[in-house]
Amino acid sequence: MTFKQLLAATCVVALGAGAQADGVKVGMITTLSGGGAGLGIDVRDGFMLAVRGNDDIELVIEDDQRKPDIAVQLADKMIQSEKVDVMTGIIWSNLAMAVVPAATAQGKFYLSPNAGPSALAGKGCHENYFNVSWQNDAFSEAAGTALSGEAGKVFLMAPNYPAGQDIMAGFKRTYEGEIAAEVYTKLGQTDYAAEIAQMRASDADQIYFFLPGGMGISFMKQYAGSGVDKPVSGPAFSFDQGILGAIGDAAVGAKNTAHWSKDLDVPGNAEFVDAFQAEYGRLPSIYAAQGFDTGLLLASAVAKADVDDADAFRAALKEAEFQSVRGKFSFADNHHPVQDIYMREVIKEGDLVTNRIVGTAATDHSDPYGADCKL
Amino acid sequence: MTTLLLIEQVLNGLQSGIMLFLMAAGLTLIFGVMGLINLAHGSLYMIGAFAAAAVAAATGSFLLALIASLVAAAAAGVVIEVGVIRRLYDRDHLDQVLATFALILILSEGTRWLFGSFPLYLDVPAALAGPVTLPGGIAYPAYRLVIILVGLVLAVGLFLLIGRTRIGIQIRAGEADREMIAALGVNISRLYTLVFALGAALAGLAGALVGAIQSVQVGMGEPVLILAFVVIVIGGIGSIKGALVGALLVGLTDTLGGVLLPLALSGIMDASSATTVGSALASMLIYVLMAVVLIFRPTGLYGTA
Amino acid sequence: MLRERTFNIVAFLALPLVASIALALDEPFIISLATRAAILALAAVGLNLALGLGGLVSLGHAVFFGLGGYAMGILASHAQSYVPLDLGFIVIEGTKSMPIIWLVAVVVSAATALLIGLLALRTAGVYFIMITLAFGQMFYYFTISWPAYGGEDGLSIYVRNDFPGLNTLDPIQFFGLVFAVLAAVLWVMGRIERSPFGLALGAARQNAVRVETVGLSPFRLRLVAFVISGAVTGLAGALFADLNRFVSPTMFSWQMSGEFIIFIVLGGIGRLYGPVVGACLFVLLEHLLSGISDFWLIYLGTVLLLVVLFARGGVIGALSKPDATHD
Repeated sequence: MTFKQLLAATCVVALGAGAQADGVKVGMITTLSGGGAGLGIDVRDGFMLAVRGNDDIELVIEDDQRKPDIAVQLADKMIQSEKVDVMTGIIWSNLAMAVVPAATAQGKFYLSPNAGPSALAGKGCHENYFNVSWQNDAFSEAAGTALSGEAGKVFLMAPNYPAGQDIMAGFKRTYEGEIAAEVYTKLGQTDYAAEIAQMRASDADQIYFFLPGGMGISFMKQYAGSGVDKPVSGPAFSFDQGILGAIGDAAVGAKNTAHWSKDLDVPGNAEFVDAFQAEYGRLPSIYAAQGFDTGLLLASAVAKADVDDADAFRAALKEAEFQSVRGKFSFADNHHPVQDIYMREVIKEGDLVTNRIVGTAATDHSDPYGADCKL
Repeated sequence: MTTLLLIEQVLNGLQSGIMLFLMAAGLTLIFGVMGLINLAHGSLYMIGAFAAAAVAAATGSFLLALIASLVAAAAAGVVIEVGVIRRLYDRDHLDQVLATFALILILSEGTRWLFGSFPLYLDVPAALAGPVTLPGGIAYPAYRLVIILVGLVLAVGLFLLIGRTRIGIQIRAGEADREMIAALGVNISRLYTLVFALGAALAGLAGALVGAIQSVQVGMGEPVLILAFVVIVIGGIGSIKGALVGALLVGLTDTLGGVLLPLALSGIMDASSATTVGSALASMLIYVLMAVVLIFRPTGLYGTA
Repeated sequence: MLRERTFNIVAFLALPLVASIALALDEPFIISLATRAAILALAAVGLNLALGLGGLVSLGHAVFFGLGGYAMGILASHAQSYVPLDLGFIVIEGTKSMPIIWLVAVVVSAATALLIGLLALRTAGVYFIMITLAFGQMFYYFTISWPAYGGEDGLSIYVRNDFPGLNTLDPIQFFGLVFAVLAAVLWVMGRIERSPFGLALGAARQNAVRVETVGLSPFRLRLVAFVISGAVTGLAGALFADLNRFVSPTMFSWQMSGEFIIFIVLGGIGRLYGPVVGACLFVLLEHLLSGISDFWLIYLGTVLLLVVLFARGGVIGALSKPDATHD
């Protein structure tokens, strides 16, 4: 099936359902301006690609500027003025923590296309909250499992804030081996000379780090110039398509874990990559893939149930009957993903620096916080 | 920690201080001569980095990229000075803060509009990639040594420019008594444009040099702007010497604090909390340094009241 | 053109007018927006005492805003989880009562303002701007990396706190409460401006030496102004946290401090109602422009730039003519 056919099929299903449901209004709050805009734009574009031509889905998009108070204000606007049924779009954990509990408490559905703070996966889980991306620890738990036994002593580094501490905790939870050192840097730090010197001096065999966005770019460039030759790996956030271009050759060879890659051989993925590239003129990132899957999930639920019947709509979401570009995808009881997580390696295809899959890091991975969730 | 590692960390601190000096020198010059608080200085840094990245991508030459950063930032500086800043010299600091804050918004989003929302690629030239071995066996990135060198050369150049040249005399005279030198026939408005362009060019060059080992992205100027302000305030506003000393102090404090504090704390608490508490304290350290300096020397180390 | 005093009254009453129309049209979000404007205005009114009257350009008032916010967040989160706050030497029960939270916010902010003021007021001019910024950054980085109350993730409070006799969850009632606080603070500030203390403070801004020669200490005048100013901004912080039902370290960020200054300059420096007009205008611009394009901040920047270049004395100065009695 080509992508167009797939899209057409989705539309037909959606239109068929349109007879019984009178559509759903979606509020997307995401980061579209400022330094972190790349991620929000990818999520938005992926989502729009998935619901393009679907007349049952009406979309309102707002820019949160990566500020929690603006996000809260926009959520109020979406709920009170726009009267949306479903919300989505938030990129950052701290903004999600500001918006999601209030939105779900007011009976709205929230589909997370990025960010999965542990508080919302465990005790704070909610029947109307569906995480379509990952729980924050997922990639590093998978990395810990995959690296156990082969990595030796590991040097850990992350920024000193909750997501950084969570992700390192995820790695330590599953890694069977010695941790050589654990270093926490300032959030937004741009110079890593001091940390790199510590890496050189330590007896670690391998570096595992989480530095999202510009921090990761800075670190990788500086690490490459330092002559330290210990292998590096990390969750996909530092090796994503949106930033690999900026790191260049310095990233080649680095291993990273993700639930998706553009070369993942599952139905619909190649078509998604082509369609995204044709529409927006760039390669999709994991954020674009998450946005796309979020759109597909929503379309699948809209096709099956009327959003005014919250129980039926929730059940339809829970079934997750859509062809994810990640392959198999389902929800655990806490409405967080059960999915495979792959080990990717940064490679060079001609002039293009990108990722390819080199193995599976974890099969049917689900997060450990679900045990505390009463759903 | 071994002595060798400590020496390497001191070197890192010096190097980060030199990078800050490049940024702070222009800021302190503009403040000293024109009495202007320029929050948009970080945007000029960003413009330099983006210009360098664009030219490096088009030509493959790092030298041309550096020249482009100087030219682009200086040109942007002239446009900004003539279009906006010139109207603000006789206003109070608040109007300047608001206007240059507005410039940040315009320049940042304008850059994003031109270059897109994703970080750009800019790498060190192949000849300087990789480390060199220093006496004592320290392997140190060659490019960082070049940054230290360039920074020192520029510092000396600035001292000479201010101390020994005709322009320098006018600049110093302008700091001391604006009306007087205008009365003496110096074209004060041209002098101001020149100083602003010089400060902008320094910021642009810093952006390009640092951009090669950091991330070239929108918003890269703001964190370094705050640090540069810390530097010139510690050093005393208007003093190039103060900017150099302040930059080195901040660089050393930041680097060594981040390394030594967690280490020191690991003696009194368990390893994991020592690293988090230690780095939390370390991130506050330069601001503590600034507050302490100002409490004891309310006009900075080399400032005059 | 209206006289400035008339303009102020019109501008001030615009807020409840907008809120009432929104209520009639059943647009609760517009009420939230008006509430946000009123709270930000309150924070800037606090700063304006130090900045407008005292000439103390503080780029660190987000400290007090954040402290007020965290006073609410910490007290309410302990009440929410029924776990008292154990400080070792004293055990504090959490509370969901706004008056108590306000009191704590004001006291904590005032005490912190006293400490910061004692140190920062040794400097002047740009150095004062930067030392207050330094204190702001210390608090900012501390809250980000301090794990107990959420770090960078911040703290969510699920239900707005209580005020006796009101249903604070109803947007218009909460707006009424906030507006009443703003009106009361403006009245007090007006009294302070005309009091001997206010006159001496203004005189110390213009000529400190002359004030000293008549036996008053400019340092003490400024310190008192800074403390009152911090306390009011702290109160605004507690209200802001209650509006969002959420607190996070961004309340401490230097951009927040910068925004307060922008409100004051936008409205018109040295004018009692300047921050109110400035905050309302800023919130309005943000709301109207953000839909235009992904690059809407360019438009916001341009508007701010035009105001500062061509409307000296801020919006009030540009849109009204001076009162007959104005000095």
